[in-house]
Amino acid sequence: MAVTTQTSPPATSEGDPTTSATGGGSGSGAVRPSRQRPRPTLGRVLAWAVLVGIIAITLFPFYWMLRTAFSNGAVLGSDPSSLTPVDPTTGAFERVFGLATTEEAQAQGGSGAAIAFPRYLLNSVLVATVITAGQVVFGAMAAYAFARMRWPGRDAVFFLFLTALMVPPIFTQLPNFLLMRDLGLLNTYPAIILPFFFMTPFAIFFLRQFFLGISGEVEEAARLDGAGHVKTFVRIIVPMSWGPITTLALLQYVLAWNEYFWPLLVGSAQDVRVLTVALGVFRSQTPQGTPDWAGLMAATLVAALPVLVLFAVFSKKIVNSIGFSGIK
Amino acid sequence: MSSMAPSGPALPESPAGEAPAPVPAAPVHDRPGARGRRRRENTVALAFIAPSLLGFVVFYFWPTLRGLYYSLTDFDFFSTPAFVGLGNYQRLAGDPTFWNAMVVTLEYVAINIGVQTVLALAIAVLMHRLTQSTFVRSVVVMPYLVANVVVALVFFWMLDAQIGIVNQALTGLGLDPVAFFGDETWAIPTIALVNVWRHMGYTALLIFAGLQMIPGHLYEAARTDGASEWRMFWSITLPLLRPVLAVVLVITMIGSFQVFDTVAVTTAGGPADASRVLQYYIFDLAFQRLDYGYASAVSVVLLLILMAVAVVQLRLTRANESDLG
Repeated sequence: MAVTTQTSPPATSEGDPTTSATGGGSGSGAVRPSRQRPRPTLGRVLAWAVLVGIIAITLFPFYWMLRTAFSNGAVLGSDPSSLTPVDPTTGAFERVFGLATTEEAQAQGGSGAAIAFPRYLLNSVLVATVITAGQVVFGAMAAYAFARMRWPGRDAVFFLFLTALMVPPIFTQLPNFLLMRDLGLLNTYPAIILPFFFMTPFAIFFLRQFFLGISGEVEEAARLDGAGHVKTFVRIIVPMSWGPITTLALLQYVLAWNEYFWPLLVGSAQDVRVLTVALGVFRSQTPQGTPDWAGLMAATLVAALPVLVLFAVFSKKIVNSIGFSGIK
Repeated sequence: MSSMAPSGPALPESPAGEAPAPVPAAPVHDRPGARGRRRRENTVALAFIAPSLLGFVVFYFWPTLRGLYYSLTDFDFFSTPAFVGLGNYQRLAGDPTFWNAMVVTLEYVAINIGVQTVLALAIAVLMHRLTQSTFVRSVVVMPYLVANVVVALVFFWMLDAQIGIVNQALTGLGLDPVAFFGDETWAIPTIALVNVWRHMGYTALLIFAGLQMIPGHLYEAARTDGASEWRMFWSITLPLLRPVLAVVLVITMIGSFQVFDTVAVTTAGGPADASRVLQYYIFDLAFQRLDYGYASAVSVVLLLILMAVAVVQLRLTRANESDLG
């Protein structure tokens, strides 16, 4: 399983010969020199059993979400331990997307109240996309300035940005809430988007690391051809770093998609509500006695699906990037 | 998201732990006209950095100063903040709900981090010794990509006291059903374990990356000497992994202290105050009781705790540099 990943760190940690000897890539099997497959001993069989058990525990809740979402909510309680959907139906999804009539919804255990999930889905897509775009573009620009340019105060500013990593979000979000309120932006898209849009320290550090590793010769050649910094950045550095940039975009998209606290503070109104906030509302609206579990699980599935699909497509990239950045 | 630094997707390369790598030497401009060129370069650099700088000043730096100031005021969101000096902090000392929140948060962190680290280490070592499969790693990290809110709701359903599958299984085994989220003793352990489920695979991948830095020939040599896998784990893996493990531990801990989403969706701090963790208490104070100044003071305490953890991290990262060399 030798994966050569585009997102390998350009440089391994200095002063550590062992890592450079193994290439420093994360997903490669090259770490251990090729060796014959060990005989299946009792220990290995047991170890595999544990690993398979862990995978089962990891996957089961996803399955249960699916199983419940395709059940008829009204009769769910009649066979709670059935491993397959109880009275299989797509009714829960119809409820979530507002396709079911009030009677149909109530017959299947729904509240019958109108649910605007398509709207929430759209809001989530919009918010996550804009945030990701801003973070990646501005992050790449800043990373370039930090990695490939010399200007007075560079290291001081970089250190200042570093400190931003240490401050817990809630600490800045309380005053940011006031700012949004005073600007009259509460319950608008800009309120949800702006604090994340211009900068996230992580994006800058992530890309800076890659830009540092790019050979200066390429740049020098461009410079001799008369290219300025802007041209070098757009024509050379960005195309060369397409791998890490995509990885970063994916990671930030997932984070933006999953964010709950901030949109809860500034964007709880119907028309700007994102999926995570909507789920919280949906949950608190369900009657205490018999919540609409099928509907709730259908809704969570809808909220989780885009990220899971993205992941299925790009899993190799995401997995490998996590590997390396943990060490650097 | 962006600001979720410590609990972010991949670890920020341990801030300040590493000396910034040397910048490749920019061409030296000592030709005539170099000064003009340099000036131009500075302008370009400023343009490149401008959006980030704006974001930093407006949404990180300025609110940090404001937050510190509000912690010294009495403020209900509407009237003008009234300066009260250290009044809020004095009030903290005698606020049983605050101390309860501290205890509950610590209990959460202890269970969450304790269980998570052991499991993640086990998963990482198993993967390291058994398979390099990207598929296995993908499956294991899957829960981490799903929103906290989603995870919370799925477990809220699976752990339902009446018809949740877990309690069905428990009664099937002849045990009493447990009100996981509704019982004062169980609420925090339950929330902690739900988040273990979400984070263990991700943490395992971080540790896994550390394992890959251990030179393979050490295992070869040990095997030649007839060492068992168990022995190799204790004599090779664990000692060489310790620095990496320490860093991972502290970074996951910073995230753990900021638990909010799961609590908000499942128990809303209850039953009674059994799961009113610090961040939920801050939220509660600010937005439900409109006691904004006091909420800011509590958030300063959270900030201080996390900074203390970060300082420890800094030290450990230094240890890391000298250790694995």
